[in-house]
Amino acid sequence: MSSKATDVETLLSRKYQHGFVTDIESDSLPPGLDESVVTAISRKKNEPQFLLDWRLKAFRHWLTLREPTWATVHHPPIDYQAISYFSAPRPPTDAPKSIDEVDPKLLATYEKLGIPLHERARLAGVAVDAVFDSVSVATTFKDKLAKAGVIFCSFSDAVRDHPELIERYLGTVVPPADNFFAALNSAVFSDGSFVYVPAGVRCPMELSTYFRINAAKTGQFERTLIIAAEGATVSYLEGCTAPMRDENQLHAAVVELVALDDAKIKYSTVQNWYPGDENGVGGIYNFVTKRGECRGRNAKISWTQVETGSAITWKYPSCVLKGDGSVGEFYSVAVANNYQQADTGTKMIHIGRDTKSTIVSKGISAGHAVNTYRGLVKVLPSATGARNFTQCDSLLMGSQCAAHTFPIVEVRNPDATVEHEASTSKIGEDQLFYCLQRGVSAEDAVNMIVSGFCKAVFKELPMEFAVEAQNLLSVSLEGAVG
Amino acid sequence: MLKISQLRANVVGRNILKGVDLEIGAGEVHAIMGPNGSGKSTLVQVLAGREDYEITGGSVSFDGADLLAMPPEERARAGLFLGFQYPVEIPGVNNAYLLKAALNAKRKAAGLAEVDAYEFLSLIKAKMKFMGMDESFLSRGVNEGFSGGEKKRNEILQMLVLEPRLALLDETDSGLDIDALKVVAKGVNSLRAAERSIVLVTHYQRLLDYVEPDRVHVFADGRILKSGDKTLAHELEARGYDWLREERVA
Repeated sequence: MSSKATDVETLLSRKYQHGFVTDIESDSLPPGLDESVVTAISRKKNEPQFLLDWRLKAFRHWLTLREPTWATVHHPPIDYQAISYFSAPRPPTDAPKSIDEVDPKLLATYEKLGIPLHERARLAGVAVDAVFDSVSVATTFKDKLAKAGVIFCSFSDAVRDHPELIERYLGTVVPPADNFFAALNSAVFSDGSFVYVPAGVRCPMELSTYFRINAAKTGQFERTLIIAAEGATVSYLEGCTAPMRDENQLHAAVVELVALDDAKIKYSTVQNWYPGDENGVGGIYNFVTKRGECRGRNAKISWTQVETGSAITWKYPSCVLKGDGSVGEFYSVAVANNYQQADTGTKMIHIGRDTKSTIVSKGISAGHAVNTYRGLVKVLPSATGARNFTQCDSLLMGSQCAAHTFPIVEVRNPDATVEHEASTSKIGEDQLFYCLQRGVSAEDAVNMIVSGFCKAVFKELPMEFAVEAQNLLSVSLEGAVG
Repeated sequence: MLKISQLRANVVGRNILKGVDLEIGAGEVHAIMGPNGSGKSTLVQVLAGREDYEITGGSVSFDGADLLAMPPEERARAGLFLGFQYPVEIPGVNNAYLLKAALNAKRKAAGLAEVDAYEFLSLIKAKMKFMGMDESFLSRGVNEGFSGGEKKRNEILQMLVLEPRLALLDETDSGLDIDALKVVAKGVNSLRAAERSIVLVTHYQRLLDYVEPDRVHVFADGRILKSGDKTLAHELEARGYDWLREERVA
């Protein structure tokens, strides 16, 4: 058995050497995916052997899987051999030289979002060096975190500097074999974020990928791992709140959260990848696996997401409530306009006693979009005293869009309490007319009504995020009514 | 101020307004009465610009402008206010926020500076006190979970803040107990002014006991059947509507 494994490795490393030489020059791999590519990625990043083995195992498993078809989304087949799994940041020669060369439509959107000028240039990918002083910002926050003992770095840095933590926690919440996209990600992930908050520490600031993106460009297969040790508290903000153009088509990320005894993790996302144009051409396929495990007693994991971008969103941030008395929360606003498709929701798995979960999902559909809520509340026999409250509301704008709700409840403990509320409403002609009759413009009225609809979720977002989320929503739904 | 000539309108292909003629001068209070389904509510909805109605004939001039050519928000900014019969709930939208947006949209259209949060708050608090409303109204969602009476009171509050040129109150009195009715009447009366006109659509004489109309019109079968002064309302209260129809046939 072991000799066979060695043979495989020898074979692989030989292949890899071949692939690697060309890579080093171009700093990117040609399209295609096989074991040599997986190995090349790992070698390029100087990863320890355990991680390479882990990737290869994931890859081999991925080969046995088929792309899932159960989601209410439609897209042409993805050719996984046509994708390059490791590429350097877009070369500056391709990027616009100055802000004058950037698509004016894009700039107009930035302006509406209130993004400062120098930021707009950066977001549009303008090849300007040091458009703002990111170095000093980065240094200040790194000092502050180091003093508190918090580790916050890119995934690659974590592999290099804290391999023991990676080995201990990686894949323990989302195993590589979990699903098609998780397996793919496990095999080829390029980078991502890593957070470790030691026992008893309240992270002194909101952690945001914003800072990290300045430091390291992350690819389409991100991996995020957040660990809150006993009694630790951390709030993590993910995503760029500006409409970021990205040439990538497929985005398959994995996020794992681990909360030990009495730890609290709050994970907020504002996702606004390129959704494609008004006719549904282009856009990101956002196939993400996000899961948190309340491993300890009285641990708490809270997901808040505002999803306005991507051509297709396939995402179910979930909580495994293992520890007694642990709490899972999911607050979501998903917007789908034009030809966008969103299939999102959550899973709450109650294992420990007296575990509690709350789900508040707000789906908004406009144009020809399809918005699906898919949720699972599962109460295992061990989860005596478990409680769940679910509220799913859908708002339809216009008559071409659709909303679906698939709430699944599986209760195997007679002592559990599960409540479910659902509603679907059309953006009220009555509500709209009421606002118009008071002199409010149709655009402002729609913004008001939609924000009101989403209020229960927005109030869960950190303050500055909430404001941006609201702006984003109005930009996303521009022209949807009236 | 308002001149309606031979106004005709359909809703889903059915002819509801069949040639309405009505003239309302500045400073006047008119009451429109009539049986259910006669088209009273349709008339005010058409004037406010509701899209569900198809105008098939006639004209409406408001301060000399072609009212029917204006979109609803412009009519509102020009000073037309509709007090809704069934004010809609808008969950999560703050009552004060909507009203401030409405006031500023109107001020902007008139070339006035927008009021800031502080000015607005002192203005609305004074009006709420006048209307005997609790300050919790400010932070509640628009009509969200309001009782019928609270909704009507909220309509009047909005009217007091927006100070319209022409107020159309669609059965604002229905479903109110006598105390609430008095408060609503107090609000309406406080707005009576030489440059402002008010139209009360109502089923009952009792509102007119508190808000005395200059003119009373009886609406039936999509048009105005009879007009008179306030004594007409009393007559209707005593005799119902049938005698009018018979009189007309005869």
